[in-house]
Amino acid sequence: MIVGAIYLNDDEIKNHVLVPRHEILDAKEKETVLKKYNVTVEQLPKILNDDAAIKAFGAKVGDVVKITRESVTAGVSIYYRTVI
Amino acid sequence: MVMIDKIKFKLISPKMIQKMSAILITTSEVYDADAYPVEGGVMDTRMGVIDPGIRCKTCGGRSGECQGHFGHIDLAKPVYNILYLKPIKTMLTYTCGSCGGLLVDKDKIKDDKTLNKLTVPKTCPVCNEPVEKIKFERPMSFKRGNHVITAEESREQFEKISDEDLKHLNFNGGRPEWMILTILPVPSITTRPSITLTSGERSEDDLTHKLVDIVRINQRLLNNLEIGAPEFILDDLWELLQYHIATYFNNEMTGVPPARHRSGRQLKTLSQRLKSKDGRFRNNLTGKRVNFSARTVISPDPMIGVNDVGIPEKIASELTIPIRGTKDNIDELKACILRGPDAKDGANYVIRPDGLKKKIIDMNKEYIMNEFSEGYILEKHISDGDIVLFNRQPSLHKMSLMAHRVKVLPHKTFRLNLTVCTPYNADFDGDEMNLHVPQTAEARAEAEQLMLVEKNIRSPRFGGPIIGGVQDFISGGYLITREGTVISKELAAQLLFKVGVVVDLKKEIYTGKELMSFILPKGLDVEYQANICKKCGTCKKEKCTHDAYVKVADGEMISGVIDQNAISPFKGRILDKIDLEFGHSEAVVFLERITRLATEYLMYRGFTISVSEEDVPQSVKDDINGFVDEHFVKVYALIDEFNKGKIEVQPGLTPEETLEGLILSELFEIVNKSQNLIAKEAKDNDAQIMAKTGARGSIQNLTFMAGIIGPETVQGHRIFRGYKDRTLPHYKRGDLSAEAHGFVRSCYKQGLSPTEFFFEAMKGREGIMDSSLKTRISGYMQRRLVNALQDILVARDHSARDSSGRIVQFVAGEDGIDPSKSDGGKLINV
Repeated sequence: MIVGAIYLNDDEIKNHVLVPRHEILDAKEKETVLKKYNVTVEQLPKILNDDAAIKAFGAKVGDVVKITRESVTAGVSIYYRTVI
Repeated sequence: MVMIDKIKFKLISPKMIQKMSAILITTSEVYDADAYPVEGGVMDTRMGVIDPGIRCKTCGGRSGECQGHFGHIDLAKPVYNILYLKPIKTMLTYTCGSCGGLLVDKDKIKDDKTLNKLTVPKTCPVCNEPVEKIKFERPMSFKRGNHVITAEESREQFEKISDEDLKHLNFNGGRPEWMILTILPVPSITTRPSITLTSGERSEDDLTHKLVDIVRINQRLLNNLEIGAPEFILDDLWELLQYHIATYFNNEMTGVPPARHRSGRQLKTLSQRLKSKDGRFRNNLTGKRVNFSARTVISPDPMIGVNDVGIPEKIASELTIPIRGTKDNIDELKACILRGPDAKDGANYVIRPDGLKKKIIDMNKEYIMNEFSEGYILEKHISDGDIVLFNRQPSLHKMSLMAHRVKVLPHKTFRLNLTVCTPYNADFDGDEMNLHVPQTAEARAEAEQLMLVEKNIRSPRFGGPIIGGVQDFISGGYLITREGTVISKELAAQLLFKVGVVVDLKKEIYTGKELMSFILPKGLDVEYQANICKKCGTCKKEKCTHDAYVKVADGEMISGVIDQNAISPFKGRILDKIDLEFGHSEAVVFLERITRLATEYLMYRGFTISVSEEDVPQSVKDDINGFVDEHFVKVYALIDEFNKGKIEVQPGLTPEETLEGLILSELFEIVNKSQNLIAKEAKDNDAQIMAKTGARGSIQNLTFMAGIIGPETVQGHRIFRGYKDRTLPHYKRGDLSAEAHGFVRSCYKQGLSPTEFFFEAMKGREGIMDSSLKTRISGYMQRRLVNALQDILVARDHSARDSSGRIVQFVAGEDGIDPSKSDGGKLINV
């Protein structure tokens, strides 16, 4: 049996079909999102800073990332996650 | 408001016990000659009151207002608190017996685990005194070398330990000497209330008994100490005191004989009050008994409404709803009072505006009725139309608890409509169900609006109906609507009267479809393939030769039949459509009508099965034998090939596995062919009707009865277990033939041969094991999921959040659709 791992570089990760779109929000956008849902940063869903996509997109701890995914039920689903 | 962010449990100090205490207990006497509590005894009234009317001597509160006060006992000599034996041993082991200094290197201690691995030096690093090994002696003493350490000595040693060393030993929450009791708190009387038996005799709580023992021995020890009694007497008494205090905390310690009641019953002391299933946690806090509830056996009633529940008169006159008298309802309520506590729709109690509660009995009902006026509250029996909650365990989904309307009926069982069996997963082989009566108007309104049966027709699991016609309702619906059913005007009038539909019957003869059209709401349009559909290549739509294409136009049934796909739970298309387009209450009306029509027609026509319905013509039997022979030849050929080593091995399989797979598919082919034959050849009898409409049973069941059972499998394979190289002694070793490994040639009607029966039993056993194991495992799996997800809710902005406002999903379910208000999970087009 052959066991192995494929390492992708950042560009490959960013453009991979299975990796949804990640956008790092700037301070103003972040403020709008927090205001829209009336939440603090702690109340947003989280994503680890060593997540492969987070590393590839270069998000820092404390950033809020907008993740746009295709969804079977809803077409497009948007998630905001804070990097921890 | 102050937020509690943490609670820390610590040892209680003797000083604190003293501070909390209202009195010092000094005597073991409990009551004096006048049956009055002795001052300084364990029932001293300064520790709280339980009898109504008396005021507490400490706080002045009445019974109910005063929650009780602690007392205390000053112990003559210190004793170990047996709940802390483990930490006491740790402290004795790692500190010096003479100076209290730390014996091990403080830097090496990280936690209790690393501490236990450290070796204790031979001499104390602080005072150089020799250190001896500490041994724990069951049940509750310690030895240093050969010397028994008394609680007093341990206490002295602990007092010497510095606060800093305690920190290094990870001992937090007080001083270690507090683990040795010098003063014992005595819980309040409200904690251990005495009960007055009907004979007037007083019965004390187990804790009181135990406390009396403790005080008595303590007092004796104190006296003996004062008179300077010999050492061995003191030691004996000391040990006895230690025993009583130990069993006061925990009466189920290994190696300690449990303290017993005079009758020989074990005393229930502090630990026993909290522990296990009958303890405070599992019995009183996690689960509670409730008032205004009832439980009894359920039985079916096809004439009762879908939203109704039949309640026995006996239960109805026991369960009540409080109703406040107003100028609008006072006459009604007075009539209830006059009917008394035993009659239907009567009342049990009246509560005056000053809070006094009066029981209504037949003797005083006229008097109470005259007194009753506005502002009084009447506890009135539940009566027809009241809202109650009805539940069957296990409560796995929200439809396990639904609101029903009361219908008070004679006899002793709860009656329910058969269409709600599916959501409750109920049958009538002795099932019992629970009933709860909401007490406030708000609760009743909430139950009615959210939990009423009709509001739960659509399951949030799949967005389709979970309530619907089952079994006989389906057979009946089919028998009426199928081609060839002719209903005379008289019969039509009979049936429609029972159903409760008023129409002008103009024709002399009606077809079943015309009758059904009277029940279908005007404006209903549906088209679909019925369950009886033979799945022929191209659908001929309403010209279907099997009448399997259902077409309803403007509430008129044009073609097709009513069967499983029309009204059943999960699949009923007509029911689904009516619920979507006409509303829940219309769906309920339709369900009630169609089920009544079906039952009435079935009763008129008769519906039964008999053994003779499993008769098949000789030609079919011959054909089945032909299939067996044909495929057996193929099986033997395969075995032959295998033995010669010529078998074509499938990828990923061994030759044996390949052979098994091929043989099994050959054998299943026999059953498949037989099944098709029986489905085709079968007469139009009642068993067949049930199978093809989906009312009950399947063609496979019929095949097993009339045709052939075929290969028996255990865990998906033919049967190989048993003796060496063979399943039973009836076969040769290494025989790979179908018969030798569980092929059943017979059918149930013909009867099985002994070997076939044995294989059948093996398969049957697997089925039983499977179902019991699977329900257990999947039940626990679901429980864990529910526990993890139960407090996630949909916020007003459609986001799914937990209790502290953290977002779980930005749009609940990603699409924001409530499936219980959708069409199969899709948006309803409005």
